[in-house]
Amino acid sequence: MPKIVIDPMTRIEGHMKIEATLDNSGTIVDARSSGVLYRGIELILRGRDPRDAARITQRVCGVCPVPHGTASALCLDAAFGISDKIPENGLILRNLILGSEYVHNHILHFYHLCSLDYADVVRAASYPENDFEALRQFASRGELAPFLPRYVGDYRLNDDDNKALVLHYIQALEMRRKAHDMLALFGGRTPIQAGIVPGGVTSRPTTEKMVSFYWRARELYDFVVNAYLPDVLRVAKAYSDYFGIGAGCGNFITFGFFDLDGSKPDYARRKRLLVQGTTNKSLKHEELDLSQICEAIRYSWYDDDGTPNPQKEGAYSFIKAPRYKGLTHEVGPLARLLVNYASGNESVRKELKAVMSELSIGIDEMLSVMGRHIARAIEAKVIAEALCEWVLKLSPDEPTFVPYELPSDAEGIGIVDAPRGCLMHHVRIENSVIANYSIISPTTWNGSPMDDNGQHGAIEAALIGAKVRDWENPEEIVRIVRSFDPCLACAVHMTNLKGMPIGEVKVFA
Amino acid sequence: MEKVVEIPVIWLQGATCTGCSISVLNSVRPSIANLLLEELLPGKHINLRFHMTIMAGSGEIAMEIIRETKGSFPNGYLLVMEGAIPTANNGLFCTIGERDGKPTPLTELAKELAGNAMAVVALGTCASFGGIPSGRPNPTGAMSIVEFMRLNGIDTPFVRVPGCPAHPDWFVGTCAHIMLYGLPKAEELDELGRLKLFYGKLIHDNCPRRGYFDTGRMAHKLSDEGCLYEVGCKGYVTFSDCPYRKWNGGINWCIDNGHPCIGCCEPGFPDVMSPLYERFFEERLPKLKLDEATGKLTLS
Repeated sequence: MPKIVIDPMTRIEGHMKIEATLDNSGTIVDARSSGVLYRGIELILRGRDPRDAARITQRVCGVCPVPHGTASALCLDAAFGISDKIPENGLILRNLILGSEYVHNHILHFYHLCSLDYADVVRAASYPENDFEALRQFASRGELAPFLPRYVGDYRLNDDDNKALVLHYIQALEMRRKAHDMLALFGGRTPIQAGIVPGGVTSRPTTEKMVSFYWRARELYDFVVNAYLPDVLRVAKAYSDYFGIGAGCGNFITFGFFDLDGSKPDYARRKRLLVQGTTNKSLKHEELDLSQICEAIRYSWYDDDGTPNPQKEGAYSFIKAPRYKGLTHEVGPLARLLVNYASGNESVRKELKAVMSELSIGIDEMLSVMGRHIARAIEAKVIAEALCEWVLKLSPDEPTFVPYELPSDAEGIGIVDAPRGCLMHHVRIENSVIANYSIISPTTWNGSPMDDNGQHGAIEAALIGAKVRDWENPEEIVRIVRSFDPCLACAVHMTNLKGMPIGEVKVFA
Repeated sequence: MEKVVEIPVIWLQGATCTGCSISVLNSVRPSIANLLLEELLPGKHINLRFHMTIMAGSGEIAMEIIRETKGSFPNGYLLVMEGAIPTANNGLFCTIGERDGKPTPLTELAKELAGNAMAVVALGTCASFGGIPSGRPNPTGAMSIVEFMRLNGIDTPFVRVPGCPAHPDWFVGTCAHIMLYGLPKAEELDELGRLKLFYGKLIHDNCPRRGYFDTGRMAHKLSDEGCLYEVGCKGYVTFSDCPYRKWNGGINWCIDNGHPCIGCCEPGFPDVMSPLYERFFEERLPKLKLDEATGKLTLS
């Protein structure tokens, strides 16, 4: 049977290889997702001052450093016994920094990582309007990298839609930068912010920064509403077959995010803008139970004691295989959207219903490549709107940080959703240094290999059953994979112990 | 009209977080759109042929570009290396693409591409000095491209542009400098091969909180006003122009945000700079030693 190997899988973060086995009709019957870079960040963390983790773990991923900084701060807050004592200002500032990252990430993902699969930049260079002058000049030099070479074939947007997509691709380069500028107002700088620390945030809000943040958030909200969301709908209409492609495993989990009330030490039960929980096709919302998370490594390049071993027989990835209640779960914007829809989150329901009625689709079609893009755009809108509200709730004269004593022995878990999905940090402190640190990140869930029972990971499951029209140009495969927004630098982490139920660590008791 | 000179760039990512790529996207003037589509300087166009995060092509199509670039540009290409090179386990901790059905270790690619390049830009602290992946116990034998070239007898000229991540201006400025004046001359570089233009001055000498230090007004916890020395600031062993260039279009930077400098541009990051939130240099400063060969700062 023919096999398609895509290595490197580009326009994602990091080093990924995709293998698909096709039957004679061109249908994918088997798929393998591999992470092919290992750094061993958790080993590097051992023996260090626990506070350093909130800086070093941001270097797990330069595309989404803030969620790592946040999860790390949350797990250290828990270990230091101050998770319910973060000042209101600190909570809001963390949300503003994390929210800016979300808006940046979703714009970057749709335009700069994905839109080249749908929009035709080369055709746009022949448009006569003034707006395309820079592009015409560029094309006239005859060197079309990085837009060529590419897969040939399926660029089917009409000229009006193609114009919008290409112009917004260029405009979005600026808009995502502006989201980062906004982040730096209270985060110090970015990528890799210097604001969120255990105990709160280092910066102090001032009136002029609040106003500046507010207007930056407004500008981004306008871009999301007037360009990003409409562009996603343009693509969704032209490529409506992608509502039937890449459904995936059908189980969804989210840790929720944006703390609205910091008084509960248990992050799994804390009031968040987007709620924690799980759901599936039944759309019944269930509460999160961290003790149900297990990780398998049968097909991962690790020995049973956790030592990395790229020569391990039968294994094909540095990614491990986390499962919830023994089942593969998808994480990310679609998971958050469906869990929140199921839990009755009104703002999410309203946005989703409007989009579904415009496209005349039902909830089942949302489990698809296009559904993931739509979920991301809706979320960007909900968050940008919330940022405008939150920033005006800051109190310039109030504290942003609570002091703490460094414990000699302690343990903590921090959970938050990153743009790509569920992120968990766990620290164990002995003799005032890190004895063990472990991370389960979004693409560990989505990009995982098979588990010990042979159950495929979420991306693999979305690939299997899809039809590849032209196996020299397997656009279907890259479109399915990219709809998950994989982040491989995040995904690869060492394991603790084979099959150890991470959630058994009782830190909330 | 004079023919535009195309400067082909292969941008290779090793043991990295992609933070330096994202940072370069944040360039304000020129914008990243200027950089990609237009001539960075009149008559000179950066032709970004291979960059895994933004290029249209995937898989074999992408790998073919590397082969083609090596062959079809007589004056060579610029290699931008982002991330460290993991050398342990026959290089199998980082592979890119396949040859004859077998994954290609980055070590193999880096040897070929650095050897044939007209120059190597080591972008970020990982590529410059090893950075986070080479932090103790260095589980993957990660090293900088500079050390990697030295061990493999490759004498291609290089310039280091450290920072975790590097500031977009440092990268764009270094590229523009090479385009205008050729590769940096010895007197333009410091002893670590960084342009003095960006890394010539000590943060502490230009810090807006220097007045607090001189008068002994110290912050004793994070978020306090005052000099951040007591809460771990490494600004007095870190060379960069952060205090006046600032970040993200000049909006802010670590110390203005109340966060101590963690020394991310220096060869001792992260090991020598840890613990990041403790002052400790009185005892350690005299013991710091620069290994001339590897460019790594170590504790003797």
